[in-house]
This record gives sequence, structure tokens and C-alpha cells, in this order.
Amino acid sequence: MFYRENGQFNTTYAEDMAVFPIRQDRIGLALILGVAAIGVPLFGNSFFISSVMIPFLVYSLATIGLNILTGYTGLISLGTGAFMGVGAFACFKLTTAFPNVNIIFWILASGFFSAAIGMLFGLPSLRVKGFYLAVTTLAAQFFLQWCFIRIPWLYNDSASGAIEVARRTLFGFPITGAQASAQTRYLVLLGIVVFMTWIASNIVHGRIGRSWMAVRDMDIAAELMGIRLLPTKLTAFAVSSFYAGVAGACMMFLWYGGGEANDVFNINQSFNILFMVILGGLGSLVGSFMGAAFISSLPTIFKFGLPAIGINIGGATAEHLTFMVVGALIVIFLIAEPHGLARLWQITKEKLRLWPFPH
Amino acid sequence: MNVVADIIALDNAQPTAPRRIGEVMLKLDNVSLSFGGVKAIRDVSFDVRRGEIRAIIGPNGAGKTSMLNVINGFYHPQQGVITFKGEQRSAMRPYVAASQGIARTFQNVALFKGMSTLDNIMTGRTMKMKRGLFWQALRHGPAMAEEIEHRAVAERIIDFLEIAHIRKTPVGRLPYGLQKRVELGRALATEPELLLLDEPMAGMNLEEKQDMSRFILTVNDTFGTTIALIEHDMGVVMDLSDRIVVLDYGQKIADGTPAEVKADQKVIDAYLGVAH
Repeated sequence: MFYRENGQFNTTYAEDMAVFPIRQDRIGLALILGVAAIGVPLFGNSFFISSVMIPFLVYSLATIGLNILTGYTGLISLGTGAFMGVGAFACFKLTTAFPNVNIIFWILASGFFSAAIGMLFGLPSLRVKGFYLAVTTLAAQFFLQWCFIRIPWLYNDSASGAIEVARRTLFGFPITGAQASAQTRYLVLLGIVVFMTWIASNIVHGRIGRSWMAVRDMDIAAELMGIRLLPTKLTAFAVSSFYAGVAGACMMFLWYGGGEANDVFNINQSFNILFMVILGGLGSLVGSFMGAAFISSLPTIFKFGLPAIGINIGGATAEHLTFMVVGALIVIFLIAEPHGLARLWQITKEKLRLWPFPH
Repeated sequence: MNVVADIIALDNAQPTAPRRIGEVMLKLDNVSLSFGGVKAIRDVSFDVRRGEIRAIIGPNGAGKTSMLNVINGFYHPQQGVITFKGEQRSAMRPYVAASQGIARTFQNVALFKGMSTLDNIMTGRTMKMKRGLFWQALRHGPAMAEEIEHRAVAERIIDFLEIAHIRKTPVGRLPYGLQKRVELGRALATEPELLLLDEPMAGMNLEEKQDMSRFILTVNDTFGTTIALIEHDMGVVMDLSDRIVVLDYGQKIADGTPAEVKADQKVIDAYLGVAH
């Protein structure tokens, strides 16, 4: 009754090609952005922001990255964790070498380094497909992880082998390091995520996005349309790794605040993000957010949410429970709704347009 | 925009205008193709003239589809010379053939299933779009102007093929006949000089065949697009085509106008079998 595009006419191609052609969608988006930018920092406490919202945003960014590769271009990658690590190390090296340049600039620039590494490991994608490509990206995961430990230059020869996040400021406010409040880190991260989501949406709705999907759906026909396979696949690897790299830098600098890269950017992380992509919906940006929200908030819900409503389970049990629930959901979704939460959301919207009528 | 002008011209086209068949556009000389021990094409020569509708017919397994695959670069023949627009071609990739103006449709529809009709046709415009990743990422200014310009072309094609009502439908949900039509639209969007159609009427009912024949004739008449088609419906082939080449077991057994081919004893034998 309320969600219907009656009376909204698109009179130009530009209007018709808008990402959100329906007015209600635009209002909804504005509301969500308003709540995220004003409501959450004003009314959310530090715990909620740092253990729910920040992980959610970091994982959303990484999931968008992998979704571009797996969901839009149809190339499976198990190296996301390592590409995130490349971003984190690049940002660390850059900000220690040039401490006066703003950290936000370096977080975004670190994406270019992981994009380059991603393209290098994407080269086999012209020849190998499916499982075999997954295995070559697995090689990237192990090789890069080896580099993270064995090349001391990467962590400035520190004895612990960890990335140390120093204090960096924006307009005098600390945004990284121990003094940075959860609210400021959250707002910086939100800015980055919103900006990069806008970019991703622009790319997938244009020529490049269509080429990716064409390669995914029918690569033989795509080549006949004049789409060259290798450059198209490499662009997908580059953009995808760029997003992973920025997500990795954000993870280290705006969430963890330093730590040992090997524990964070390992194969589990790669799988974790692949699960978010599958659960959220292959080939959907909205789905990326849904998948990330779902999986990244489950541990917190089990660890702190259940005790809060009186069900006391130990921390270890909560962790096991998370694995079990995620595992079960993956299986259920692959069987019942391979297109993930995004497809459920789409069905809901289609039903809502007709509601209260069945047809 | 050449195609826009053409399609506008199509609206006022005189159906009686004489069709012009020009010089030889594509020429195959002694082409042979084999996969291991299987000889798919044996020493076949024929040509396609600019502006004509050329049919390739033959019983199943005669090498017709292999022939199209040779023309647009999927297969590279072991022997023989292919001359396209006066230039001898070496082994080329399909995207090079596409950039030279060869488009095609497939026997089993090869659409991009996850995308809408409109996006499928827009994908056909990819070669003509020049803006790089930077402008694409902004989707404003030149990138948007380019997008709108090509959307206009895509819309003319959608109008022409009468598929406006399924513009935003994912093609995977469309019935077979419409999918074939979208595939034709996608091929037309590349503004081809030579259009290869692999069984455009396969699995269609009479009405759909009539529609498709009408589209093929109009494309040929109005845009002057050269068409090479494979088809099993002899009624359609005899009505549409200017010249027919007949293949059997990878060899050319006849070549000529529909009337000549129809009367050829070898063709009759190939289709009906001979008493031994």
C-alpha cells in the first residue's frame, strides 16, 4: 500500500537508469544513512559501536570486494584474507614512512597495493576456472601469509611481529591509536564505506559491471560482443582486491588498533568473507551488507545478547554455537535460496508492492 | 549515430526499394578443419556477398555450426584462406572478429541469464563505449552521457524487435521465442556488417517463425546487413535466402540460388538418402 511506484513517471533515460528509481527506496536509504550517521554515534554506547557497528562496516567493505569478484564476475577466490593483509601492511608502511599525510588518504591508497597484488594472482584466471581458480587463489593466501611473517621489513622489524597503530589525527581529533574514541573511528569508517559503496554501485551499473556479468553468465558470448576476457577479469580482480585492501587497512587501523597480522588475515578470514557473500547473495551490494551484518553480529549476539536475556552460556560455548549456526545456515541457504538474503529482500519488496492484494 | 539514423529511416522505409547485393565480403578458400581424427570441414570454398542473405544448410553433423565458428574465430582451420572485406585473416580471437563487424547468435540461446533484456542489449554496445574505470566509477558527466546515448540506441532496437514490455525482465525468465529475439537484439546492438544466425527459428511455432523472418528481412533490407544463416526449416530457407550453400559430411555438395539447390540431385540424395 505504501511501497508502490504509482504516479512516479521516469521521463528521461537518466531518471530510469538511476540506482534507486523508486521514491520510497530513496527515502528509505536517506533514513538509514541518517540513523547511521547521526543516531548511532549519538545514542549508541561505545561497546555497541566498537563490537557491532565497526565490525559490520569493515566486513561489509570486504564482502563487497569479494562479491565483485565472485558474485558479479563469477570467479571464486579464497585469498580475500591475504589481500586484506596486503592493504593493512601497505597502510602501516605508508603511514610510518609519511606520518604527516592524513591516515584516511593512506587507508584508501593502500587499496592500490592490494589491487596490484590481486591482479598478479588473477592472471591464471584466463586459463583456469571454478575450483582450480579457487586453488590458485589459495596459493596466494598461503604465499602472502608467509610473507607477513617472514619479511620483517613489513612490520618494521619489531620483535612482536605485530602492526602497531600510532596516533593519527583529523582536524586535531585522534582517529586512530589508543586515544581515538569508538565514535570518531566509527564515523570515519562510515564515511569510507558509504563513499566506496557508491563507487561500487556506479561501476556495477555501468559498462564495466555489465562486462563482468556477461563474463560470468556466458563467457563465449561475451567475447563475441567484443569483450576481452583477460582485461575484464583482471579489472574485477583489481577492483575486488582494492576493496579487500581498504577493508584490511580499516580493520587494523580503525577496529583492532594493531595486532599480529597472521592471526587476522588468515584462511579462516577468507572463508568467513566468502560465507558472508554466499549468505548475503551473490551479485548484490545490498546482500553484501546483509551477509556481513548477519555473520559479523552473530558472535556478539551469542556472547552478550543471550546472557542479557537470561540465558547463560559460557564464552567457549557461544563461539562453538556461532560456528554451528553459520555452518547450518550456509547449507540451508545453498539448498533453499542460493541467491541469499538479497533475494529474500527482493521477494519481500515484490510482495510489498502488491500488498494487501495477492496478485 | 549511424544505427539511430538507420532505424529512423526504417520507420519511413519503402518496402519496394530494390535490394543491392554488392561485392564479395567474405570468402573462404579450401577451408579444412579437423578435431583429431574427425574431419568437420573438408576443403570447402564459398563466398558471401555484401547485402545478401546466404543460407548454409545440410543434414545434422554436416559441419554448419563449425563453419560459423570458423568465420567468427572460435575455431582456427588447419588449412585454407579466409578473406574478410578484402583482407586475409590469420588466426584471430572472437573479439577481434567482433571488432571487425561480425556478430552472431547461437543455436542454443547464449544470453546472459542473470541480466535484464535491456542490459543484454546494452552489453552489445560495449565495444562502442569508451569511458574508462575512472568515469565509470563516478557515473556522472561523460560516463553518464555515453550511457544515455547508447541507451537510446538500445531502446530503438527494443522498439524494432517489439520487446519493450520485457525490457526490465531478467532474460532467464523469458520464454524461448522471446529469448531468441533478445539474442538477435544483442547481436544487432553491435552494429554488425555480417550477421551470423545459427538456427534462428529452431523450436519456434509458425507465428514466431513469421515474426523472426520479418525481422531478418527488415534488418537485411533497411540496414543492408549481410546475413549468413543456418536453418532447418526449408520453407523459410527457400523464401529468405538469395543463395544457399549445402554441406554434407563436411563437404560442399551444392551452391546456388534456392531454385538451383532444390533441383540438385546430390542435395536430394543427401536429405532423402540413396538406394544402394
